[in-house]
Amino acid sequence: MWGSRKRLNRKPIEGDVRIPSGCAVSGIMNKKGKLFSGETIIQSISIMRDRSNGLGGGFAAYGIYPDYKDFYALHMFFESEENQREVELYLKENFLVEKGERIPTRKVPVILDSPIIYRYFIKPRAEICEDVCMTPDEFMVRQVMFINSSFEGAYVSSSGKNMGAFKGVGYPEDIGEFYDLESYKGYLWTAHGRFPTNTPGWWGGAHPFTLLDWSVVHNGEISSYGTNRRYLEEFEYECSLQTDTEAATYLFDMLLRRHRLPLETACQVLAPPFWEEIERMPEKEKETARALRMVYGKGLLNGPFSIILGSTNGMVAINDRIKLRPLVAAEQGDMLYVASEEAAIIEVCACPSKVWTPRAGQPVIGRLEEVDSWVSVC
Amino acid sequence: MKRIYAREEYCVGCRLCEIFCVVGHSKSKDIIKTYKKEPDRPAPRVAVWEDGPLSFAFQCRHCDQPSCVEACITGALSKNEEGTVLCNEDKCVGCWTCITVCPFGAIQREEGEKKKIVKCNLCSGEPEPYCVSHCPNRAIVYEERGVE
Amino acid sequence: MGFSMLAPEYRVDRDKDRCIDCKVCVTQCPYDVHYFDEEEEKVFAREENCVNCHRCVVLCPTRALIIRKYPLEFRENSAWKDIDIRQLQKQAETGGILLSGMGNPKPLPVFWDKILLNASQVTNPSIDPLREPMELKTFLGRKPERLEIGCDGSLKTKISPQLELSAPVMFSAMSFGSISLNACRVLAEAAEQLGIYYNTGEGGLHQSLFKFADHTVVQVASGRFGVNSEYLKIGAGIEIKIGQGAKPGIGGHLPGEKVREEVAATRMIPLGTDAISPAPHHDIYSIEDLRQLIFALKEASDYEKPVSVKIAAVHNVAAIASGIARAGADIITIDGFRGGTGAAPTRIRDNVGIPIEFAISAVDNRLKEEGIRNQVSVVAAGSIRNSADIVKAVALGADAVYIGTAALLAMGCHLCRKCYMGKCSWGIATQQPHLVKRLNPEIGRERLVNLITGWKHEIKEILGGMGINAIDSLRGNRHMLRGVDLSSRELDILGIKAAGE
Repeated sequence: MWGSRKRLNRKPIEGDVRIPSGCAVSGIMNKKGKLFSGETIIQSISIMRDRSNGLGGGFAAYGIYPDYKDFYALHMFFESEENQREVELYLKENFLVEKGERIPTRKVPVILDSPIIYRYFIKPRAEICEDVCMTPDEFMVRQVMFINSSFEGAYVSSSGKNMGAFKGVGYPEDIGEFYDLESYKGYLWTAHGRFPTNTPGWWGGAHPFTLLDWSVVHNGEISSYGTNRRYLEEFEYECSLQTDTEAATYLFDMLLRRHRLPLETACQVLAPPFWEEIERMPEKEKETARALRMVYGKGLLNGPFSIILGSTNGMVAINDRIKLRPLVAAEQGDMLYVASEEAAIIEVCACPSKVWTPRAGQPVIGRLEEVDSWVSVC
Repeated sequence: MKRIYAREEYCVGCRLCEIFCVVGHSKSKDIIKTYKKEPDRPAPRVAVWEDGPLSFAFQCRHCDQPSCVEACITGALSKNEEGTVLCNEDKCVGCWTCITVCPFGAIQREEGEKKKIVKCNLCSGEPEPYCVSHCPNRAIVYEERGVE
Repeated sequence: MGFSMLAPEYRVDRDKDRCIDCKVCVTQCPYDVHYFDEEEEKVFAREENCVNCHRCVVLCPTRALIIRKYPLEFRENSAWKDIDIRQLQKQAETGGILLSGMGNPKPLPVFWDKILLNASQVTNPSIDPLREPMELKTFLGRKPERLEIGCDGSLKTKISPQLELSAPVMFSAMSFGSISLNACRVLAEAAEQLGIYYNTGEGGLHQSLFKFADHTVVQVASGRFGVNSEYLKIGAGIEIKIGQGAKPGIGGHLPGEKVREEVAATRMIPLGTDAISPAPHHDIYSIEDLRQLIFALKEASDYEKPVSVKIAAVHNVAAIASGIARAGADIITIDGFRGGTGAAPTRIRDNVGIPIEFAISAVDNRLKEEGIRNQVSVVAAGSIRNSADIVKAVALGADAVYIGTAALLAMGCHLCRKCYMGKCSWGIATQQPHLVKRLNPEIGRERLVNLITGWKHEIKEILGGMGINAIDSLRGNRHMLRGVDLSSRELDILGIKAAGE
């Protein structure tokens, strides 16, 4: 685990301890897949500065690497060049590395102690995938977990295709400036401003948390974390960061990719209706709802949360089942907005055609047009 | 009318009904005083009948057509509006006729020198008869069961 | 009895200022302690017979009685404590195996009391169960690894039969024979009213209780008492009893004097014969044999009932539980070393087995590591005393718990631990008609329903405090637990952190 390694900073980080935090989240997408600059999302998240405390901010962007869309874009943090060399050696053994480059950053006075930030466009070597009888996706998942848990001073911040996570320690708007996100164009952006209750922020611990092309930004503290984590471990997910966001991401991955549940059903697992409501449902719906709670009871995310899940195919925003955290949604033309606060939407879309507060447990689904399935590779 | 019924399947034969019947009809209505300081304490109006594991508490049935009332030579026994068979102690002369005619043996002689009868009066004035409220196993109940 | 070196265990203190010589104590003591001396016109006590069952104390109308430990001081000796000497004296007099009733009373650590629970403060809100829904519904039975749901949201996976509980608690296996029919009736009626289940134990199911079959788990033990096809088909679930926490490695014992007419008929054995269950199932000498019995029972019940396998928590419990899951059991029941019994050899009860707290943790870990934890249900038993114990058991990894002793206490048991004498003064562990009637099932049911209703409220309060509104989110949620006064090894095995960490 990362935390067990030597670090200059002796204070505990994610993975060593569990760190509760409050947050701001925002997500913006164009349902037609039209690209727009990162400036909008920075503007939106910055209005919620009070919801963060400068100890973590980040963005996920989809559609930003059209030239390398068939490659997994591996965004990485390294603590030292030595750490980087070790990982690069490993990557070369297992992947075709199309390109490796430093992610361009700008000098921002308030952003300090940044690690070495690199990106690699890679493909798993086909013969190795065949050898271990895994799909490339499955192989990637295992490799990312392996790198994060076994390589000293190295951390994968994202690993999906045609997408990337840009995160760090600082207020989100400063992080956005640091990464020069205005110069990227994507069709879907999510952002996160963090308010951890203890510990200095750690670059790897900032959000979004990602796995393949899933990215999750989350505001809340899930009281069922221990249950969710044990359940995930049963399916060989290693929750090394001890964060709710990580658990939520793995749950989405398991439900959607591995168990191939429809998106609405997966959302129902995370925020299921109460038994009282289930009893009142029509027979067929009731049967499904009962079975879901029976089988996936340990997947219920219990406690306050609002989550935005980003993926190549669109985004989903969802609240806990008694709406203990804020979430607002809005629409204007092809644009869909979700955020912790309405102000964060109005800031970038002054007159939306529709603004609403989603009900507890009711997902807001923004599907990229002409996409049937949420599972990128089955 | 509301009557006292025995549920012999739950009677544990402890005789607390008898003990508390005495207390309920005593002067002090305090159990220790009744037994320690009232040498002329009343006789119990309820008796536990026992034969092997079978036992039950028994007291006046307050019959619809009570033969004791018919037989009473002084008019001491009467049935009131609620249906309770009561004995007016001032009129009772202790002729024991009622005792001989009661088909259930539910009437007793008073303890000691007093030449009077005693019988269950459903603890009139109390919310529930003493024997019922003090039964530890709900083996005596006071309820309306309609016509018998 | 002639001369005995054994001094009485208890002393009966009768307050003469209070005693009215009403003889209630005399009528109520089944152990022949109190007697009325006609000459003296006073009640006296033969103290050597007293077992401290409290029947006389509770029924005495003037509160004149106090039972105390007999003030006999043995010469101080840390190795030979009073109990050791007394037990030895008893054996020297009788030459027999020492017998005991109820669970292990020895001063071994109760780990429940060394585990503390969490509550929310600031970063996540606690939930108020008086104002918000709070769900305790629990399903026991085999779950598929994943569900297949059609695009229209329809369910494509068939789910195996389940037991549906309104709260994660059931009444343990206590056979008709070891306890009275009235006591069985209390369990059945309360289970029905509460929306949970009771377990018949190994004594079959009395005809008069058939109407509660939907809330009954029928047990099949090594003696096969009362097992027939109707029995297997009528219950909501079937449990194979391999072992019992109070006496791992040996079978049930019911002395012939408890085998009266109804018990004999229900067990399908001759009147008055000892009902001694063999130590093992003679058709199960290995795990593959267990598989055969599990499927024989499923076959006999048309695959309509979940099958549970109950074992005692012994050293290798995790591996055994894993084997049971793989043998096809839907529910694994684990009975800890403090589990109760109607009769067990004292030395076995007090020395064999491991604490249930460790067993739950070990089993939950093993099944998780093997990736099958979510597919089977784990029920923990043995010394669950209150709602907090239930919460801790669930957080350690149990799906539900069985309670036995607690249920009997609610009915009136005062834990005198003389069940094996068959003279239970509270009408529970007896078949003597004049004692059986002391338990009015109506009162027993009310008290038991009250107990569980109170516990449900408490569990909801505790969950709400943790910020959780469904019991599902407590399962295996060891983050909610912290240990005090535990070694780091013990903390590791329990999978919890120390308080303050």
